[in-house]
Amino acid sequence: MVENVRELLKAHENITHEVYLDNENSTMVPQEVVEAMRPYYSQLAYGNPSLTHKPGWEAFEIIMESAQKISKFLGTKILEEITFTPGETEANNLALMGSAFAMKNRGKKIIVSEIEPINVLHVAEMLQKFGFTTTKIPVDQEGLIDLSKLHDSVDKETILVSISAVNNEIGTIQPVREALELVKDKNPEALFHTDASDAYGRILLDVQNLKTDMATVSSYKILGPRGIGALYVREGINMERIIEGQIGTQKLWPGIENTPLIVGFAKASELAFQNFESNVNRMSTLRDKLVNGIFEELSDVKFNGPRGDKRTPDNANISFLRCEGEALTIELSLKGIYVSSGSACSRRLLQPSHVLVAIGRRFSEAHGSILMKTTRNHTEEDITYVLKVLPAAVERIRGIVGSTGVD
Amino acid sequence: MSRIPLPYNPKVLDLFRHPKNLGKMDDATVTAVAGNPACGDMITFYLKINEEEVIERATFESYGCAANIATSSIVTEMIKGLALKSAWEEVTWKKVTEEVGGLPSIKFHCGVLAVGALKRAIRKYYVDKGSIPPWLPNELTFEEKQAVEEEELAKMLSKRLKGQGEK
Repeated sequence: MVENVRELLKAHENITHEVYLDNENSTMVPQEVVEAMRPYYSQLAYGNPSLTHKPGWEAFEIIMESAQKISKFLGTKILEEITFTPGETEANNLALMGSAFAMKNRGKKIIVSEIEPINVLHVAEMLQKFGFTTTKIPVDQEGLIDLSKLHDSVDKETILVSISAVNNEIGTIQPVREALELVKDKNPEALFHTDASDAYGRILLDVQNLKTDMATVSSYKILGPRGIGALYVREGINMERIIEGQIGTQKLWPGIENTPLIVGFAKASELAFQNFESNVNRMSTLRDKLVNGIFEELSDVKFNGPRGDKRTPDNANISFLRCEGEALTIELSLKGIYVSSGSACSRRLLQPSHVLVAIGRRFSEAHGSILMKTTRNHTEEDITYVLKVLPAAVERIRGIVGSTGVD
Repeated sequence: MSRIPLPYNPKVLDLFRHPKNLGKMDDATVTAVAGNPACGDMITFYLKINEEEVIERATFESYGCAANIATSSIVTEMIKGLALKSAWEEVTWKKVTEEVGGLPSIKFHCGVLAVGALKRAIRKYYVDKGSIPPWLPNELTFEEKQAVEEEELAKMLSKRLKGQGEK
């Protein structure tokens, strides 16, 4: 297997320009973030922050300083409200399972939107095995949740509602404030969680002002290292742990805190927020150049998700009709452009992206979808290169398709 | 979103980059389609068959991933110059998988679909002609059944999703 991968990599040897746009699935970590993390591996703070010696106290100090920075960007002053987890997946698992188990005697109903990320949807479905019920709220063609259906669904049995602030695939900014108020109006006891991983660093989010009970953020979604995320849990909310082990500085997530990753997460947050306006403008300018360029160059393309203010500045999701997505990702990779697809082609009869299907895209449209996310570190030249290469790549794959599968 | 590692081998990559026998054939004797765009997995074969029932030329079009493209392309190479009977008997999905140098297991179905499309084309040729040779079984082969199953499942999925509304 690995020999094949080596050969695949060899096929990339003549690449002249590389543009990484698959920032949904992992990101490059900027040098300044890596440098900020480096000392904490071997020079200082390498101790366990719960123990009584200098390297431990150093770790405690830097972890608290990092938590302080992140909590400021999230809009809270209470450090205990931040629990570091190994990532968005773990934070979302903790949010749903931890609150459902703590609330199990109050009710059994969990409400999510049908376009939640897999690490929310699958957890909600898994909880059915423990006697909970899952209600999925539909979305419109822009991915906006149906607030009246949400209103109808919330009842006395409802213990938890989880709706992402921003959809990770199509960038839809949800009316979370309205959703939350509507939930609390009908049942003040019901908890509200929002996965804010795709909102953090892109739109301003103030958890205290929003009055959400829980919010997930993730380091790698803001050009920080992978392997670290956080769950905000408002003070006073009753939660259960979902994994057991040695409790350290945080009661909801046992195990030894990963100091360098926490530092990297805080540094990445600072970089995302210190020039917030200009970062966001840069992302959206480049994203718009990319999208407009594609629509000028190619016919039979569809834009997935909302345009304008209802969409995050970095997200571009486009369906290339008569073109299979996985084939296109390989074709583009060979030219140095790295993207991902909502195609189902990698598994037998696997359904394509549930988000694209939920907004009413046909299967063939979902199979030809490409997701790209710009960052503040992309350049005009990067986008120019993509626009130079992408039309020919799409046309080559369309040439293989011919008239097959065109409906 | 696909999250399964797909370490395609060099032969698959080469056939993906430089597919052999690609494109529609205007004077095809028989054309057969297998798969469904709903699965993102669909193949058309065009065969030129001469009076001796030998495949003179074969071309393909593919709406699918790199493995789908590679297996379709290799099938057209494998059957060129073969009598229909030999093509029917000798070209199995396992052989196709071998010919492309192996596939990740989750991509085996691409080879199965390609052979299903080929067998469907050969069957169609004889049905159109109105005379079924004794070596051609009445019952569908494994690959043809798999193609049908994939198509049925795709229809079912599409129907279920249509219920949610084309927005």
